[in-house]
Formats: sequence, structure tokens, C-alpha cells
Amino acid sequence: MSDHDHDHSDLSDTELRVRALETLLTEKGYIDPPALDVLIETYETKIGPKNGAMVVAKTWADADYRERLLADATAAIAEFGFTGRQGEHMVAVENTDETHNMVVCTLCSCYPWTVLGLPPVWYKSAPYRSRAVRDPRGVLEEFGVRLPRAKHIRVWDSTAEVRYLVIPQRPLGTDGWSEDDLAALVTRDSMIGTGLAIDPLVKEPAA
Amino acid sequence: MTLPERSIKDALPNLPLDRDGEPVFGAPWEARVFAMTVKAHEAGLFTWKEWTQALGAELSGNGNDATKTPGYYDHWLAAFETLLTAKGVAAGGQLAALRDAWDKAAHATPHGQPIELDKGRI
Repeated sequence: MSDHDHDHSDLSDTELRVRALETLLTEKGYIDPPALDVLIETYETKIGPKNGAMVVAKTWADADYRERLLADATAAIAEFGFTGRQGEHMVAVENTDETHNMVVCTLCSCYPWTVLGLPPVWYKSAPYRSRAVRDPRGVLEEFGVRLPRAKHIRVWDSTAEVRYLVIPQRPLGTDGWSEDDLAALVTRDSMIGTGLAIDPLVKEPAA
Repeated sequence: MTLPERSIKDALPNLPLDRDGEPVFGAPWEARVFAMTVKAHEAGLFTWKEWTQALGAELSGNGNDATKTPGYYDHWLAAFETLLTAKGVAAGGQLAALRDAWDKAAHATPHGQPIELDKGRI
């Protein structure tokens, strides 16, 4: 059950305290918010993607977990202790030989940060948000991903209530790998759908 | 990447780091409070030695929240508040008042729109 409303926002006590500190330090002239943002951006890949990669690796390695994840991603992800603070509902969408999934938030920049960390700058950009729906194949090609013409691309539009996690296809030649080793193949972009998992044979995203 | 917090890492052996020796975070706010600490140090508000003492005091168990186990950055946040108050950067009650103003602002803001503090201040 989500208790999330559209007519107001909720911040956790921790987030409120962090904002209070930022306001104080900014108003006293000790920090400059744009400079702070630049520093924080350097960390954006250092947050959640590891969480999401662990979820994907377990999905690949553990058939029972995969079933639980596809049935109720919010609960399956919570097994790792990753839970949103605002009751966002998570949905896992699995790539197959026939279908490639890709996630966008056309309205704003809703993002499953508990599993993926801070959204990359391009995710929040107007060109990505507007083109991902209209021309997903073209957008993917700009990310260096060429899919067979026959492969269907499905674009999922995030909302405040529902956030999507793409489960990329498991690269070939990884039978028997540990979940830790598998997780190292899972990139952030592969979980947004703008990339593929790393192919261990070529050390590049798998085709 | 060589970040200015090299000295932080030397001073804080418990700082969570990844394989590349870079800090890792469990949530965006953790990165934010970490970055603010780096910038506040750059602004000359405290030395790393003072910071280490403040954080050490928090980590050594004066946890005042018995309802959950605080994480590393929960201690970090508390240490930051304590140190800024001790240094007189934050006057007594000032951080609590700002926190409440942000809470009011959040409640007055529809989801998806940026929350602005003005909405929480009268």
C-alpha cells in the first residue's frame, strides 16, 4: 500500500536535517549550492547501482528469487533491505530475446534511487525525456546500443508511485558464476535499459 | 579521481570505501552530507582533527536513538550538527527551526515539484 499523495511531499527526518544544514551553511556563505552539486555528481555512480546489481545478479542466479521479484518487486527488493522512504512501488521488467525494456520519467525525474542511486544528468534532461518515448531505438543507438530490428522495445514511464527496474539479459558464458561476480557485470545503464550487461568475453556491453 | 577529501579518508579508517578507494553511500542524502562536510572544511569552519574527534564521539556510542541501529552516516550527520553548534555556526535551536520550516515546505509542495523553503517560512 502506498500512502503517497500527489498534493504534498514528505521528507524523512534525516532528509529534513540535511536540508536544514545546507540552508544554514548556504545562507551564511560557507557553501555554494552549485559547487556542492558538482561535487555530489562525482559520486552519483557511487551510490545505489551496486544495490540494483545485487538484485539483478540474484535474479539471474536464483530461479525462486526471480519468481518472487517478477511477482512483487517491492517485497523482493526489500529482502535486501533496500526500501524507499516514500513507499514507492517497484516493478521489475525483464529483457528477453523478443523484448528490450527501457525506463523514462516523462513528467519529471522519478527514479528508483534505492536500487540505482542518484539519477544521471541525462536521465533528467528534456531531450531524453521527450525522445525516449518517441524514438527509443534512436536514443539507444546514441548510447551505443544497436538492437536487432525484430526486437521489440518497450518504454516504461515512471511515476511518483511506480518505479521500474530493468533486468538485463544474462550474458552467455557465465554459468556457475557467483552472484558477486555476476553483479560486477551489471551496469547502471543496463538497469535503466539504455545499456546492456557487460559481456565478460569481450569486456564490453553484450549485443 | 583525486578529491579534496583525501585527507578525510586518511583521518577516518572506518569510512565506507569501494574497491577503487572512493567513498560509497547508501542514499543520496549521505553523499550530500559528505559533500557539505568537505565544503565546510574548505571554508575553514573546522580542521580534520576536530572533525575526527566529533565523529569519533558519536561513533563511540552516545547513540540517543534506541529504536533503530544508526548507520555510519547517521552518526556523521549528528556529528556535523554537533560540531557546527559547538563552533557557533549554528545558534541554539536554529537547525531545529530550519528543519521544521523544510517540513512545512514539503507538505505544501505537490509531489514532483521542487520543494522550496519559502513555502515553509511565513
